[in-house]
Amino acid sequence: MSGAKALIKALEKQGVKEIFGLPGGANLPMYDELFKSNIRHILVRHEQSAAHMADGFGRVSRRAGVCFATSGPGATNIVTGLATAQADSAPMVAITGQVPLSMIGRDAFQESDIIGIANPVVKYSFQPTKPSDIPETVKKGFYIAETGRPGAVLIDIPKDVQQNETEIPFPEEVKIRGYHPWADPDVVAIERAIKLLLSSTKPVILAGGGVIISSAFAELQSLAELLMIPVVSTFKGKGAFPENHPLSLGPIGMHGHAEANKVMSEADCVLAIGTRFSDRSVGRFDEFEKNLKIIHLDVDPAEIGKNQTTSVAVVGDVRASLRIFLRLLAQQAVKKSEHNVWLSHVKEIKEYWRENLKLHPGELTAARILRKLREVMPAESIVTTEVGQHQMWASLFYDVIHPGTFFSSTGLGTMGWGFPAAIGAKAARPDLPVVDIAGDGSFNMTENSLATSVLEGLPVIVFLVNNYLLGMVAQWQRTFYDRRMIGVDQKHCPDYVKLAESYGEQGIRVGSLDELGNAIKAGLKSDVATVIDIPIDPEEDVLPFVAPGTSLKDMILPS
Amino acid sequence: MVENKPGILFKITHLFRSKNFNIDSISVGTTENPEFSKMTITTIGDERQIEQIVKQLDKMIDTVEVKRLDDKRTVYRELALFRVKISKASDSMEISNIANAFGAKIHDARKDSIMLELTATTDQIHNLQELLRPYEILDVARTGVAALPRAEN
Repeated sequence: MSGAKALIKALEKQGVKEIFGLPGGANLPMYDELFKSNIRHILVRHEQSAAHMADGFGRVSRRAGVCFATSGPGATNIVTGLATAQADSAPMVAITGQVPLSMIGRDAFQESDIIGIANPVVKYSFQPTKPSDIPETVKKGFYIAETGRPGAVLIDIPKDVQQNETEIPFPEEVKIRGYHPWADPDVVAIERAIKLLLSSTKPVILAGGGVIISSAFAELQSLAELLMIPVVSTFKGKGAFPENHPLSLGPIGMHGHAEANKVMSEADCVLAIGTRFSDRSVGRFDEFEKNLKIIHLDVDPAEIGKNQTTSVAVVGDVRASLRIFLRLLAQQAVKKSEHNVWLSHVKEIKEYWRENLKLHPGELTAARILRKLREVMPAESIVTTEVGQHQMWASLFYDVIHPGTFFSSTGLGTMGWGFPAAIGAKAARPDLPVVDIAGDGSFNMTENSLATSVLEGLPVIVFLVNNYLLGMVAQWQRTFYDRRMIGVDQKHCPDYVKLAESYGEQGIRVGSLDELGNAIKAGLKSDVATVIDIPIDPEEDVLPFVAPGTSLKDMILPS
Repeated sequence: MVENKPGILFKITHLFRSKNFNIDSISVGTTENPEFSKMTITTIGDERQIEQIVKQLDKMIDTVEVKRLDDKRTVYRELALFRVKISKASDSMEISNIANAFGAKIHDARKDSIMLELTATTDQIHNLQELLRPYEILDVARTGVAALPRAEN
């Protein structure tokens, strides 16, 4: 059997049904075997999009998405995709072709040292040098990508290793000596955490992306309701807890909800679940931990104490840890009443800001269009976003009702991620509506994925919040650089309706909230992707705003 | 202790670079088990930084075991070679005396230069270097630290 055949067979055995990719010289042998396989190939127009599609697929299905690229530029084109998935702990396996072993190091045509280039942005990488190593490599690759703290895995296969024929074993199990993806949560630490939590007077739960990755939604909700503790989230943890729940305050952070930032700043104890305390979430590290007892639950021991000093740390899968919390609390018959001073205070803060946050004037404003989207989209819809103002507006004004349905490039902040990720999400869940909340600047970066969407029958809605600006940069130039605007104006190019139509998709420009509602409905019914061009005021800012290097309590509010 | 495979040294040094850490010295060698090799790395940082780098190293899939060595319970040795200039007749005797005091070996004694070898702690090597400096050190080569914890009890 050839190495290429062994690769495809190994992927089939792994249960892979879709591969996002683009062929080239060095991966032709694997494509030739893919031709004979039932695995569906989804052709992209740029390898970066293949990686983002695999990433979106992986986040939604919680199984590693797979992408193929050729050597050299094909491989370097997926580096941003690997870094994006790795930064957000998304499971992904990227498989690249490489020049033949005998050519490596000779600066061959389309040779790049992708193992070296990708090293800092992957969880692990492999370069099998014998065809007989391939099935074991694939098995190890998926195991590493999907377990513990998930991440991006790269398998780089030289062309001759794909071509050579040999006897190839398919191991049923693999062992990786230096890899221990899950520790057993320490029950004694959890007992201490409970004691601390119950003795605090102003507790808060901070839900991070780890809650979504480990699907700990039910456990989180039970714990919050049992102890009547208000829940904030990080941006990556947005929608880990239903945002229409009375205890929900939404995301904290640079563009967090005012009520969430206020409550977080007043808390004396936080139960932080599956979060790495990013600077965008907590602001100044020293200010955040001041007068705050931190209980930190995380699967990755290296996150404990990295950015914040913790009072109690529990290492392990957060779902397993939360189950122990619930079991111990049930044994102690703890049940908190909703009538307490702290919770009443939190409710007042929430009500005040829900009513009094000043919104930008006009009909097609961020708040109004996103609330309209929420109103029309079914609750279980999947949302991806691009990166920029629209992303933060989505965080502020689009409430996630079904936990684990909101996905964004939160760590690396990769513009152009949302649209291909939405297509990958649609491939994973064709039964659900998928919408990419987009800005024009970001959408520009991967808009050629419109071809993939229409040709592969993966219709999604592109909710294009269009100010023909690199809006977030423009906002910073207005705020911090005295309105010296440079490099941000898109000068009304392109016409997004015509662009969509030229690919055979549906393009709709709207001028009112009613038209917007109808356009979303048309998108939900459409067999092709729908780009909804929503012109907004280019002067609209994202507020509240915690300036970089300041603390949550110092957020700038709309004046 | 790491897997004895190509590319591991690159990954370890890359990790230090990506966390903005400096490696003061590094020595790599095989162990009694050919599947593993052992790296001894010296780095300087505050408690939080050292804890973080140890955790990050531990997290690496190719590291089998990471030990933070306790100063007081570890034998550290480093090997240094110095070539020292001999300017006047008395230098040769003085340098030999210094070498004797440190237990350094003398190699390649010439009319105008002499080579010393010392296996000792990093501090002792530093002290020797200070004493040799007035004679002018023409060249230095150091191995980096090799370390082994003392037996318990």
